[in-house]
Amino acid sequence: MVSSNSELAYNSKIEGDVVVSRADAVINWIRTNSMWPMPMGLACCAIELMAVASSRFDIARFGAEVMRFSPRQADVMIVSGTVTYKMASAVRRIYDQMPNPKWVIAMGACASSGGMYRSYATLQGVDRIIPVDVYVSGCPPRPEALLDALMKLQDKVRREPSASNLLKS
Amino acid sequence: MATTEITTHTFNAESLLAQFPSVVTRPSLDHPSFNVPSTEILAVLSVLKSHYSFDFLVDLTAVDWAEGATPRFTIIYHLLSTTTHQYVRLAADCLDNEAPSVPSITSLWPSANWHERETFDMFGIQFTSHPDLRRILMWDGYPYHPLRKEFPLAGIETELPDVEVAAETKVKVKAAPMAGGPFVALSGQVNMTEAEPMAKDQSWTEKSEKPE
Amino acid sequence: MPTDMIFPDAAARTAAQNHDQEKMHLSMGPSHPSTHGVLRLQLELDGEVITKADPVLGYLHRGDEKIAENMTYNQFVPYTDRLDYLAPLANNAAYAIAVERLAHLEVPERCQAIRVITSELARISAHLMGLGAYGIDVGAWTVFLYSFTEREKLYKLFEELTGARFTTSYSRIGGLAKDVPEGWTDRVLAFCDQFLPILEETLTLLTRNKIFMDRTMGVGVISKEDAIAYGLTGPNLRGSGVALDLRKDKPYSGYEKYEFDIPVGTTGDCYDRYMVRGEEMRQSVRIVRQAIAKFPSGPWYATDAKKIFAPQKGKVLTSMEELIQNFMLVTEGPQMPAGEVYFEAENPKGALGFFIVSKGGGVPYRLKIRAPSFCNLSIIPKVCVGEMMADVVSILGSLDFVMGECDR
Repeated sequence: MVSSNSELAYNSKIEGDVVVSRADAVINWIRTNSMWPMPMGLACCAIELMAVASSRFDIARFGAEVMRFSPRQADVMIVSGTVTYKMASAVRRIYDQMPNPKWVIAMGACASSGGMYRSYATLQGVDRIIPVDVYVSGCPPRPEALLDALMKLQDKVRREPSASNLLKS
Repeated sequence: MATTEITTHTFNAESLLAQFPSVVTRPSLDHPSFNVPSTEILAVLSVLKSHYSFDFLVDLTAVDWAEGATPRFTIIYHLLSTTTHQYVRLAADCLDNEAPSVPSITSLWPSANWHERETFDMFGIQFTSHPDLRRILMWDGYPYHPLRKEFPLAGIETELPDVEVAAETKVKVKAAPMAGGPFVALSGQVNMTEAEPMAKDQSWTEKSEKPE
Repeated sequence: MPTDMIFPDAAARTAAQNHDQEKMHLSMGPSHPSTHGVLRLQLELDGEVITKADPVLGYLHRGDEKIAENMTYNQFVPYTDRLDYLAPLANNAAYAIAVERLAHLEVPERCQAIRVITSELARISAHLMGLGAYGIDVGAWTVFLYSFTEREKLYKLFEELTGARFTTSYSRIGGLAKDVPEGWTDRVLAFCDQFLPILEETLTLLTRNKIFMDRTMGVGVISKEDAIAYGLTGPNLRGSGVALDLRKDKPYSGYEKYEFDIPVGTTGDCYDRYMVRGEEMRQSVRIVRQAIAKFPSGPWYATDAKKIFAPQKGKVLTSMEELIQNFMLVTEGPQMPAGEVYFEAENPKGALGFFIVSKGGGVPYRLKIRAPSFCNLSIIPKVCVGEMMADVVSILGSLDFVMGECDR
């Protein structure tokens, strides 16, 4: 996906060892290729998340095998599993503890919209308490679907005007 | 009554009924099942544990026979004997429909501790002399008892358990959007025309009010 | 070294001798890598030694029992998948058998054999997961990767059979969703043949590993009496020396036809529970091989249960009577007689039981799920006291519980 933000121009004859590029492109390149997930593994989708991390589907190819349970060290929170109202407070607190920039992937039907649990105890979608960037459907989504979601998130991040965001704040 | 009645073969129901005249058999599709008055449940269970080798408490739960029924709540106990591999079911009715309570059996089996907490959480049944009766599945301040028949599946709006998160996100525990309720047949009707699936009266969606 | 540093004494110290403010209150979870899901442990620590451990559950309570009162029996099958989500096929089979007990319905032998094969493969899958997670918890990453590779092979088999990798929803009341595909049993045998050497290789990484043995031997000892008193079932109970296995003691679904052994531990520590699970996987392979060798032909659903099992689609689309029958079954559910039943099956985590109160019709009046993990967890306040902080992780891993079924 090519856009003006993702250009990395490099001509070795002219520039030699110097790479000239846009700040956005470099920042986004670094961010997309080392997205450390914070696995909010709550229920069955967490098992598929573990399968993504293991050898057959290998999320390490995307630089994201470092599953950091400490929110301070994580970039993307993958909410995998049913969020109950009791757990919602914990999810929100952990989201708040993550440093910017941060993103959220709502993995599975339960995280996206409550799933098949339309009951008194289930939060009908984690987007009620935290802003979600990518929704993955499935119950549970196949590991390939989660990798596809990660790739879509990477595309989204590549389009961000990161340098101006950084300078603004 | 002989005190060494440890049977190694089929459970001897007659001697139990002879020892406790207020115990009657309960209709059951599988295991031997008895109705026990809640005042005697502790005595019956301890005799079953010590003399009839039912040393394993498998499950402790309750059934709500809906508002208007008497008795409204029945506590069901399932015991297993690890030696004879027999199950037995006991049912004790709660005497009071408004404030149901039965004696706690944590003195006989420590596993009953959590089962009774769950039954209290879901039905609101008090277990007298329970060491620590508080909610276990719902959070401590939750005002309702979800498995009671009048409580809707969608839930009732209340506050989030965490005050700080509630203030920050302005989110409440909302009733799940049911749009008329689960469209399912009624339990118990065997007449085919009456048993057709109908919309139960649950909370409407959050966008449109329940029509009057 | 001061004498009051000996661990059991530290736990027994009263508040008068030891000021309460010296104890640290630590909340472990609900988001924690080692709590195997959303479990919160409120610990009170005296240095490194636990003096009080109070588990807080309910972070995954989704209201399954209330949902069951609003679903027909067949509609509830997907919810049983998500109870012990590591072995969904076993939960499906247990639920179907429990509901069939209401009608005293005996399914044909082929259906029973398929249920046995799928339950045992699910047992292998669940124990592999428990092994992998336990390995990670005590610091052995490789075990996780090895066991997940084997689980992926099992997922391929499940996907071929049911269409889904693990939330299978395979059983129906009175039978199954569909018959086994052509050649599936040969592929299962091929899996079993290549699985046993890999299992030995994986277990070799841990069984005589000095670090693993130090972390698990003598840790979390549960006596026989405690195990029975606290309602433990499954490998936790057998690790403590009680030889109770529902497949042998109350056989269901044709288990009496197969020869297998029940591994029983001696000391009841974490190491014994780990060894019991390892051996159970070998016995499961044995059962699967026997079941496939004796695989019966015939119908895979109860053919004479007209009001319970839906007729085949070919007939439904061409014949009026079957069309009406299918319509009634889908809208009103399998018609079960009134009554109460309780049935529990030997699931990988323990004894999963269903207590069903039916008033007739296709919807249960009350469905109680007796979750093995709920009872297994209740021993935490007893067994963690006196252990060190790092041992808690080892104990949780060895109890191998799943919050999905614990909280329902």
